Amino acid sequence: MASCDLAVIGAGPAGMAAATLAAEHGLDVVVYDENPAPGGQIYRAIETVSLARNSDLAFLGESYRAGAALARAFRASPARFMPGTTVWLVQKDRAIGILRDGKAAMVQANRIIIATGALERPVPVPGWTLPGVMTVGAAQGLLKSAAMAPSSPVVLAGKGPLLFQLAAQYVAAGVAIAAILETGARPIAALPHVWPAWRSGTIGKGLALLRAIRQGGVNIIRNVVALEAEGRGRLEAVAYRTVRGTGRIATPLLLLHEGVIANAQLTKAIPLAHEWNERQQCWQPMLDADGNSDVEGIAVAGDAGGIGGAEAAAHSGRLVALAALKALGKIGRIAHEALAETERTAWQRHLAARPFLDALYPPPDASAQLADGTLVCRCEEVTAGQIREAVSLGCAGPNQAKSFTRAGMGPCQGRMCGLTVAALIARETGQSMSEVGHYRIRPPIKPLTVGELAALE
Amino acid sequence: MSLFRRLHEDGPGDAMTVTITVDGVALQARAGESVAAAVLASSDPTSRAAPVGGAPRAPYCMMGVCFDCLMEIDGETNRQSCMVIVREGMMVKRMARPKAVTP
Amino acid sequence: MNATTAEADVIIVGGGLHGCSAAYHLAAKGLKPIVLEKHVVARHASSASAGGVRRLGRHPAEIPLAQASLELWHRLGDMLGADGNFRPSGQVRVAENEAELAACATRVGETRALGYDFEELLDRDALRRTVPAVSPHCVGGIRVARDGYAFPFKATTAFRHKAEELGARILEGAGVTALDRAGERWEVATGRGRLRAPVLVNAAGAWGREIASMLGDTAPVKPTALMMMVSDRMPHFVDPTVGAMGRKLSFKQMQSGTVVIGGGFEGKVDHATELTELDFRQLAESATNAAAIFPIMAKARLVRCWAGIEGVTPDDLPYIGPSKAAPAAFHSFAFCGHGFQLGPIVGSITAELIVNGRTNLPIEPFRVDRFA
Ligand SMILES: Cc1cc2nc3c(=O)[nH]c(=O)nc-3n(C[C@H](O)[C@H](O)[C@H](O)COP(=O)(O)OP(=O)(O)OC[C@H]3O[C@@H](n4cnc5c(N)ncnc54)[C@H](O)[C@@H]3O)c2cc1C
Ligand SMILES: Cc1cc2nc3c(=O)[nH]c(=O)nc-3n(C[C@H](O)[C@H](O)[C@H](O)COP(=O)(O)OP(=O)(O)OC[C@H]3O[C@@H](n4cnc5c(N)ncnc54)[C@H](O)[C@@H]3O)c2cc1C
Ligand code: FES
Repeated sequence: MASCDLAVIGAGPAGMAAATLAAEHGLDVVVYDENPAPGGQIYRAIETVSLARNSDLAFLGESYRAGAALARAFRASPARFMPGTTVWLVQKDRAIGILRDGKAAMVQANRIIIATGALERPVPVPGWTLPGVMTVGAAQGLLKSAAMAPSSPVVLAGKGPLLFQLAAQYVAAGVAIAAILETGARPIAALPHVWPAWRSGTIGKGLALLRAIRQGGVNIIRNVVALEAEGRGRLEAVAYRTVRGTGRIATPLLLLHEGVIANAQLTKAIPLAHEWNERQQCWQPMLDADGNSDVEGIAVAGDAGGIGGAEAAAHSGRLVALAALKALGKIGRIAHEALAETERTAWQRHLAARPFLDALYPPPDASAQLADGTLVCRCEEVTAGQIREAVSLGCAGPNQAKSFTRAGMGPCQGRMCGLTVAALIARETGQSMSEVGHYRIRPPIKPLTVGELAALE
Repeated sequence: MSLFRRLHEDGPGDAMTVTITVDGVALQARAGESVAAAVLASSDPTSRAAPVGGAPRAPYCMMGVCFDCLMEIDGETNRQSCMVIVREGMMVKRMARPKAVTP
Repeated sequence: MNATTAEADVIIVGGGLHGCSAAYHLAAKGLKPIVLEKHVVARHASSASAGGVRRLGRHPAEIPLAQASLELWHRLGDMLGADGNFRPSGQVRVAENEAELAACATRVGETRALGYDFEELLDRDALRRTVPAVSPHCVGGIRVARDGYAFPFKATTAFRHKAEELGARILEGAGVTALDRAGERWEVATGRGRLRAPVLVNAAGAWGREIASMLGDTAPVKPTALMMMVSDRMPHFVDPTVGAMGRKLSFKQMQSGTVVIGGGFEGKVDHATELTELDFRQLAESATNAAAIFPIMAKARLVRCWAGIEGVTPDDLPYIGPSKAAPAAFHSFAFCGHGFQLGPIVGSITAELIVNGRTNLPIEPFRVDRFA
């Protein structure tokens, strides 16, 4: 079995920063990412854009451009980068299962940093499985990696910084936006958190985005309380309801976004100890100040440990790498202390904006107004009504819901329906989300073929 | 009409086109694009039929999470087309609903 | 139920298939049993199970029970009002070479000699007719026509619901922590209070040894994590459930098109948390076996793997029958990875022992004190 000092899973800002620092200090570092190039979600395709599509930086913006330096330093470091490599297994003994070019293998790492990032919170609306309904993140990925934009005026619906960022990028690129349907009301609850967020620069950036969008003449419809994607076989229109009335916009493309949540699939599968984050309404691993999990030698950096954003992710990556360097004897305690202090301060400055953002864009309560007919599990095509019925028949939790309804049994392994199913059960049984719990996630966290597993090296 | 269009239809990198085949029809794509991206820029954005009800589905998340972009690629069924980069001559098929043991 | 001590006719420890089956059969005989389940019904083996309803290849000691149980499987829908998705799709065991085919012939001969004719020898052509997708190198096998499979969770809950309908009670979250014989009654302490009943049934699966030792019986059991894998949906290509003579394999395609693969490969059990850890080196071998018998599987995608905890005994046979150390206590546990098929009948045996004091089925080989 191949081995390394440190395996880093994910080459977004957290993984790149961690690997660069650790490798520069002499650790044998291997970095796995299922994408073909470094960058993660925020800096997706940053290398090609900087080289071959330099002009696109004009509309992709400053915050995207910032990834180029991170990627350059990462490439220049001695860390071994394994793109196109999916990690499907991490064991508590730090054996890692990887899949690359149809070959599965196990690698033994001395330490592991999990930097698998975030995913967009799946929030079902009627019709969300129609072709033509996608996520804001998906469309942004297309813009970054393939310079693709909607062919016809697009509708963006939901809330959160990412949605406004894409809108601003579209405006800058001259892409037509039919409307932004902003769900929920911007709550007063955000006010107390304004100052730390202001200091971190978040509010300034946000206001600049909104200004750019407004200058682009985009129609922003606020206080949207219900959405429905309509069409036969394809999206044809978006129907919505606000506190004032209803409306309908014809469009072939609707992009949804309700914020991001930690991608807990891998950390849950190990399993590391997790806790329910009430503010962000998602599960996240329980970590100490250095990002260490409850399992010896396995740490988590960046958004995979709880949503902090791209800048926080890079600092968190370095902080976790420093802990690895200390543990493996590459730096002394005093050097660690000094270096870690700087990173921690910067990290916390960026984290300080989160309470404001979380309060400004509170996660929707997925269970409250979900109609019985709405699909919750996209893979197995299970509706909210079927989950409610299972509860009435005695289904006590998400794992049992699988047996009752097949929800969570399809190829996405519950990534899309997990939180919604749990929220429905919590509401029906009057329990809290942490009481209800989550699907028991098992490896392989990404499907591999029988043949690939049979040939496991 | 396609859901997505390429911003640089005749801009830089246009020479780097690759040809893939989707359900027997030739489709031009740019080097470096994912199969799902190429499909979304074609006249039919669908990737598969839902396995239970058979309704058409298209790529949804473009980051390997939702599994709605499953396609048959070079003879291998149920691959996440958003995670596979196009290659010259690639044979792609939309996944049909599997025939069940009993309906 | 807290504080006061509740009464029942029979206390059943364990809400798996065996506990629920016993509850049903007792309730059907007019008794009021209560099932005490530590977690939720079918938390363990009875939902993790592959659900094979198989007489093929059974240990001779289990065959009489398996025969009787199969008849109940075929009547399950009438009996319980739900059939647990039982499908009599047949079972086949494949021989990959002449030596294995000879072993098949010997086995079929042995079962015939015992007076059973359910196993049928298949030659190469007959195998191909029954299992067209089988690898060309396979030379024959054994087939059992009326065997099949069911959906374990549904089968277990079918027993549970019928039992409840007939007056049985199910108490979930009620792990049994202590047992006492007070006069003519068992007094049981649980996480949800104390209960009393004249008769006790131990159906605690892989944890049955703990209950047995509370009763004073020594019954060795090794909790074992049996691993399973399931593929995404595939076009229909095989009807019967398939095993192999020379490999660890259990293989079936479900109605949904998914393929469920097992064969007794073991992961790790964490005794304290009752959780399991998968062993992918072992699963790699399991995958090798599946692809060897069904080449079409090589490109099938595995979407989920899991393991269930089952009690295994030194002779690979369960414990069934009265306690030797304690009065009015009965065992039904440690089914060694093949107790799903036996669920319907063993509950009936336990009920007969309690109500009539005897059973016509031969349960001597399953004595709890056979290793004492
Ligand atoms: C779709 C999406 C778009 C976003 N866009 C923006 C944006 O434009 N601006 C912004 O400020 N924030 C954005 N965010 C928020 C963003 O997550 C963070 O700002 C930042 O990217 C977090 O960095 P990270 O290093 O923690 O994780 P990420 O950048 O998400 O990187 C994680 C990496 O891990 C890899 N990975 C995950 N699982 C595996 C596995 N099993 N095997 C191998 N590799 C794996 C992924 O391929 C990815 O490259 C976005 C989030 C999402 C989900
Ligand atoms: C992966 C797998 C595949 C299998 N495949 C097959 C197959 O194809 N064919 C076949 O015939 N058999 C098969 N089996 C075996 C079969 O599933 C089991 O023999 C059967 O389900 C056992 O049922 P049970 O009720 O004895 O045990 P369980 O279902 O394990 O039930 C025991 C219950 O007792 C509870 N309990 C334990 N201690 C206490 C306590 N102190 N107080 C209260 N409750 C307690 C547990 O929580 C548990 O719910 C398989 C088993 C596994 C794990
Ligand atoms: S589009 Fe979601 S997994 Fe590919």
